[in-house]
Amino acid sequence: MTAITGSFSSAPVLPKWIVPFLLLAFAYGVVPLIGSSYLFEAILLPFLALSLAGVGLNILTGYAGQVSLGSAAFMAAGAFAAYNFNLRVEGLPLIGSIFLAGIVAAAIGIVFGLPSLRLKGFYLAVSTLAAQFFVQWALTKFSWFSNDSASGVIDAPKLSIAGFAFDGAVGRYLFALTIVTALTFLAYRLVSSQTGRNFIAIRDNETAARIIGIPVLKTKLLAFAISSFIIGVAGVIWAFAYLRTVEPDGFDLDRSFQILFIIIIGGLASIRGAFFGAALIVVFPLALSRLGGFLLGDVFDSGVLDMSQRIVLGALIILFLILEPDGLVALWDRVRRRLLFAWQST
Amino acid sequence: MPLASYALGMMEAAVYAPEVFARGLPSALRREQQSEGSTEPTGAATAAATPLLSLHGIGLSFGGVVALADIDLSVYPGEIRAIIGPNGAGKSSLINVISGVYRSDRGHVQLDGVSYAQVPTQRLAHLGVARTFQNLALFKGLSVLDNVASGLAYKVRSNFAGQVLGIGRSRGEQRDSQSRADQILEFLDLTAVRDRLAGTLPYGLQKRVELARALVAEPRLLLLDEPMAGMTAGEKSEMADFVRAARDRFATTVVLIEHDVGVVMGLSDRIAVLDYGRKIADATPDEVRNDQRVIDAYLGVASDNEDGAGI
Ligand SMILES: Nc1ncnc2c1ncn2[C@@H]1O[C@H](COP(=O)(O)OP(=O)(O)O)[C@@H](O)[C@H]1O
Ligand SMILES: [Mg+2]
Repeated sequence: MTAITGSFSSAPVLPKWIVPFLLLAFAYGVVPLIGSSYLFEAILLPFLALSLAGVGLNILTGYAGQVSLGSAAFMAAGAFAAYNFNLRVEGLPLIGSIFLAGIVAAAIGIVFGLPSLRLKGFYLAVSTLAAQFFVQWALTKFSWFSNDSASGVIDAPKLSIAGFAFDGAVGRYLFALTIVTALTFLAYRLVSSQTGRNFIAIRDNETAARIIGIPVLKTKLLAFAISSFIIGVAGVIWAFAYLRTVEPDGFDLDRSFQILFIIIIGGLASIRGAFFGAALIVVFPLALSRLGGFLLGDVFDSGVLDMSQRIVLGALIILFLILEPDGLVALWDRVRRRLLFAWQST
Repeated sequence: MPLASYALGMMEAAVYAPEVFARGLPSALRREQQSEGSTEPTGAATAAATPLLSLHGIGLSFGGVVALADIDLSVYPGEIRAIIGPNGAGKSSLINVISGVYRSDRGHVQLDGVSYAQVPTQRLAHLGVARTFQNLALFKGLSVLDNVASGLAYKVRSNFAGQVLGIGRSRGEQRDSQSRADQILEFLDLTAVRDRLAGTLPYGLQKRVELARALVAEPRLLLLDEPMAGMTAGEKSEMADFVRAARDRFATTVVLIEHDVGVVMGLSDRIAVLDYGRKIADATPDEVRNDQRVIDAYLGVASDNEDGAGI
């Protein structure tokens, strides 16, 4: 019987922390030195914000099995809450505003998670649309949220943590990177904790989970709360570090779907998957527009680009759902195992 | 009857000092209780004791279908009680009523002397009841170890923040539940697959993991819905040994649904026979074997696909 487990462990096993550690060393030590401002503004900042949103949604959908189409609403709630805390609470440090913004998003997440106590799957997904429409409506309707600015578009505050200012594209990149790293680490700890296992138990068999005494209702709402907290902070990064403005328009249903696609393509119930998926979603349109411009020249205008993006992305998602339901992560792991194997047998 | 009196003592301990009970029996005591070789039925002779579980006039229907009709049943501490009957007789429904998954239309369930119109499913584990399901109900995305450890989830007191930060009682809880899960894996000979994803195991092993998940809480009452369904004859007898060993080691009372009459005859102390939602017999294996109504309703029919052992 030991052969069953033994046969898998013949590959050289690196300590788990090595890869993330090297990646972080590269992201902190090398990227700021060599990156162009285009790389930061157009690729890395949206990538970081969307990755974090993907991590948040993956906790809810990938781990706890509750489908949500309200992610953009929680991002918006986070962004606007952070803006208002920062604006209206004298002396509150930015990091405090961001934390409280996460709490606000979590509270809204709990409210719109209540239907999950009765609804499942498709019906739950539809009910989370309520969050999407309600939050966007409220933010547009009540100009108090935008500090009564005439255009509804407001500038994000300067970024600083503990007196250290994050200026320029590199500074905002480091700001985003730090928050994403910290929250991702906590998310990783969470999904491998008892609570994370309870999430999976509820996803895989709710009746059995209830029978063995997992507090199902409480755990579902907790998943909504934690997920919305993380997505809310992702919204802050999106608005404060990437766009530099806070406006409701960018947080529409399209964005919610985008985040859902990120975790489907990247891999459900995988923290790494959110990063894989976000990378693809961010890089793919840029690559497509380069390629289209190169092949077709002027014919490939923004209208065609937009159309072809949607078509290719749609096809990709269908392909993934059919061929690789475990996402890019599974694909990556398989390729890596093959390579390792090939390398060993030479 | 040392086992019976011991089980009674356990019940008292559980009532007056649930803490002691929750932590389980000292292993020395447990070893004393092991009587691997003995095949003598133990529970049946404890008729004078109070039942651990009793059903009173349970009735349940789905639309026009009567799943259960006026069922009375008493299960005594330490016994292995089988429930047999043809497909659709209401066996699973009965277990679902006992575990609160279904609410009966009539009657009540008494656990440990407390009556319930509907048993509170969410508190089932705290009441010392564990169950398995006719169709596999494992958590496919968790490892075997985590599946089994999840059987102790009802006891977890630490909150998610403590677990994420690794502070407070979360570390101790984690260590404790893992080591208890490991003990059960060892007991059920599952250590070799400890780190495999449960969903990737062959069917027979998954059934055994589900038994492990139920056993890890050391329940006083264990409800098994066809734990041997779909198994080979060899796997069945292995499973029967495990059920018996579990009863002996943890002084658990077992309610067992099983299709294979041969297995049931050898394993159980008493057998209740259901047919069309009614209880048509409730007696020792020998008596049931010779009961004309049972033969007509069930045994006669079942004898085609029966492997002949034990009957
Ligand atoms: N959830 C349910 N909904 C409708 N009918 C049910 C349900 N559960 C059981 N039944 C019906 O109740 C009867 C008893 O079923 P069950 O308890 O599963 O029998 P057994 O386990 O003995 O095969 C069957 O006629 C079955 O169709
Ligand atoms: Mg059944």
